[in-house]
Amino acid sequence: MKFIDEYRHPALLKSQLAELRRGVTRRWVIMDVCGGQTHSLLRHGLEEALEDVLELVHGPGCPVCVTPAEAIDDAVKLAKRPDVILASFGDMLRVPGRNGSLLLARAAGADVRTVYSPVDAVQLAAKEPTRQVVFFGVGFETTAPATALAVLQARQLGVKNFSVLVHHVRVEPAMRAVMQLPDNRVQGFLAAGHVCTVTGFAHYGAFVEEFQVPVVVTGFEPLDLLTGLTECVRLLETRQPQLRNQYARSVRPEGNPHAQRLIDEVYTIATVPWRGLGAIPDGGLVMRSEWRDFDARNRFELPAPVSSSDGDCRSADVMAGRIKPPECPLFGNACTPDTPVGAPMVSSEGACAAYFRYARSPISTESASGPLAPALRGEG
Amino acid sequence: MSELDDGGEWFSCPIPNEADGGLVTLAYGEGGRLSRRLIRERIVSRFDNEQLRSLGDAALLETQSKKLAFSTDGYTVTPLFFPGGDIGQLAVFGTVNDLAVSGAVPRWLSLAIIIEEGLPWSVFDRVLDSIHSAAALATVAIVTGDTKVVPRGAADRLFITTSGIGEVLAPAPPGPAALRPDDVLLVSGPIGCHGAAILCARERFDFEPPPSSDCAPLTAPLVALHSAGITPRAVRDATRGGVAAVLHEWADACQLTCVVEEAAIPIDTQVRAVCELLGLDPLHLANEGTFVLATRPELVEPTLTVLRQFAVSRRAVVIGRVSPRRITPVTVVRGLGREVPLDEPSGAPLPRIC
Repeated sequence: MKFIDEYRHPALLKSQLAELRRGVTRRWVIMDVCGGQTHSLLRHGLEEALEDVLELVHGPGCPVCVTPAEAIDDAVKLAKRPDVILASFGDMLRVPGRNGSLLLARAAGADVRTVYSPVDAVQLAAKEPTRQVVFFGVGFETTAPATALAVLQARQLGVKNFSVLVHHVRVEPAMRAVMQLPDNRVQGFLAAGHVCTVTGFAHYGAFVEEFQVPVVVTGFEPLDLLTGLTECVRLLETRQPQLRNQYARSVRPEGNPHAQRLIDEVYTIATVPWRGLGAIPDGGLVMRSEWRDFDARNRFELPAPVSSSDGDCRSADVMAGRIKPPECPLFGNACTPDTPVGAPMVSSEGACAAYFRYARSPISTESASGPLAPALRGEG
Repeated sequence: MSELDDGGEWFSCPIPNEADGGLVTLAYGEGGRLSRRLIRERIVSRFDNEQLRSLGDAALLETQSKKLAFSTDGYTVTPLFFPGGDIGQLAVFGTVNDLAVSGAVPRWLSLAIIIEEGLPWSVFDRVLDSIHSAAALATVAIVTGDTKVVPRGAADRLFITTSGIGEVLAPAPPGPAALRPDDVLLVSGPIGCHGAAILCARERFDFEPPPSSDCAPLTAPLVALHSAGITPRAVRDATRGGVAAVLHEWADACQLTCVVEEAAIPIDTQVRAVCELLGLDPLHLANEGTFVLATRPELVEPTLTVLRQFAVSRRAVVIGRVSPRRITPVTVVRGLGREVPLDEPSGAPLPRIC
C-alpha cells in the first residue's frame, strides 16, 4: 500500500536503526508528544529496539488521555438529558470520568452516537430538529478546525439545535509545561507531525530558543519515527538546540492557513485543565463569545471544568519521565486499564496502560523466566 | 398482489398483501390463523422437509453417530444486508461453522426469528430466501423453528437464533488445551473482511470498492482434512474479537504463548485501507468464514495442500507458532522483527482520534 509500505520496510528500518545507534554516545531522554506516535513506537517495537540507547518518554499527547474527568462528567450529564443526543468520536466513549463513561451512560439509556466527523453531527441535528445535538469536541489542533467548521456550517444552515462541548487542547503549551516541571529530564522533542500540518512549526522557534532543546517535527510511520529520532539525537550529540522538519511530505513551515483561520474564527486561546497535569496556561481553546449560541457550556449552563486532580495518581510524574508507571502506588491496584484512575492508564497509547499490558509480573510457569522471556521494559 | 381474505380460506400466494401495507404486523405473532399462515406460506414452503412438514412440536432426528455436536447462537446485525452477506447467511453459516470447527458435520438447524412489527415483508422474504440458499450451500436442513412478532422498539428489525446439531467425525480435534510448543498456527484466508464490511456499511464509509464480508460455510475443507486423516490440534472460526480473541483464548487454555508474524497475515487491500484510516487492527476485526487452525509442524504441508483445494480456504497460510509461555500470552512480530504484545480485544473496535 502506497505511503505505508515504504515507511515500514524492514530493511529500511534496520538500516535507519543502525544509523541512529551509531550516532548515540549517551542515553538521551526524548519525548514524543502525540498519542499516534506513542502508539506507533509501541506497536512496531521501536521503543524496545532502542531501549538501551534512548529513553523515550511519552508525553501528554493523547487527547483521549488528557481530557479531564470533569469534562467527561459534563458530557455524561448532557447525554443523560432526554432532549439531548450526545455525539462523539469513537474512542472517547470508553474513557471514564468520575461517574462512569459515555458507554455506560448509553447502556443506561442515554442517546450517545459515534460520528466520524463533527460535520456529521450537524447533519444529525438537521435530521432531529426536536432534539439537541451536542458534539463532544476534544482533541488537539488537528480536530479543532473540524469542530470549527461544524459550527460555521450549523450557523450557515440555520441548524439551531447543534452545539459543541469544547475541550480542545494545544500542543506547544503542554511541551512548555513539561519543560517547566521541577526535575524535568526531557532533553529533546519529537513534535507532533499532524498537529504541525495545521499549525506549521515556525512557532517552535521561540520554544527552542527559550529552552535550548532540539525539536524535530516527525511523522508516524516507523521510518518517520526513526529518522526523527536520528535527527534529534544528532542535534543533541552536536549540541545544536535547533528546530528541524523531518516530515516535509506533510508539513509546511506555515502549516495550513485555511485551517488556522477556521480555528481563529471560532475559538480563542485559554488556560484549561489537563487530566493529570492540571491547568496549563494557554493550553486550550474555548469558543469565542460571538459563537456562544453554539457553545454547549453556555446553552446548558455548565460551569467551566476546574483543574483536574486524580488524587494519589502520579501520572504527571510518569508523563514527565520522572518515574516509571510501576512506581506509582496505584498502578495495578486501584488503577488498571479497566478501572483507570490517571490519564496514561486510560487509552492503550498511554504509558501506564502499555506497562500494565506488556510488562506486568510474569505469569509463573517454568518457562516464564527461561531464555525466551524477553527483557522487561524498564524495571517494570 | 392479493387481497387479505378475512373470512375465508388460506391464500396460497405468499406475496404480501395491501391490507397490511406490505409490513409485518403484531397479528402475525399472536399464534392464530395469521401466525400459521406465516409459517406455512413463508417458512414451510421454503424449507420443505419431512420434519418441518409435520409441524410437530419437535423434530425427530435419526443419526448414526454416537457423538453429536450441539451449538446455538443469536444473530443481530446492522445493516441486515451488507456487501458479501446478510443476517440470513450469518445465521446459517455462523452456527454451521461452530459445528464444523468442532469436528462435526452439520446436519440440522433450528431457526427462531423475532420480528419487529413494521418490518417490510419484502425484507423478511429476502432474508428467508437467503437462509434457504445458505442452508442448501451448507447442506443442512432446517427442521424446527419459531417466529415471534414484537412491538416496535422491542427489537431492532429482525433477530435470528439458530441452533445446530452435527455428527462428530472421530477423532475430533482435541482442542486448545492440547497445544504444544512449536505447533504451527494457520489462518484459512484473509482476515478482518467481515468486521470491515459491517463497519463501512453501518457508518456509510464510501470506500470503492467496499470491503466485502467473508461470510461462508467452512464445512467442506474441514471434512476434507478429516478424510485425509489429518487431525489438527485445534480449529476455531475467528468471529467477534477476530484472530486476536482466538489466540488469547488458546493461550489461556494451554498456558503457552501464541506468536504471529504480521507480514505473514493475509489482509485484503480494502480491509487494510479501512484499518489504516480508522486506526484499527485487522487482528481484532470479526470474520465469518475464516478459521484459525493449530497443528503439529509435520502436518503443516499436508494441511495446506488440502485446504487450498477449496475456494473458502484457498489462501490458507501459516501465520505463526506456539512457543513456551512468555510474559504476554499473544505477541506479533512487527516491522523490525521484534515481538510486540497483542492486546485482547475489549468491546467493539472503536476508531481512534489520535
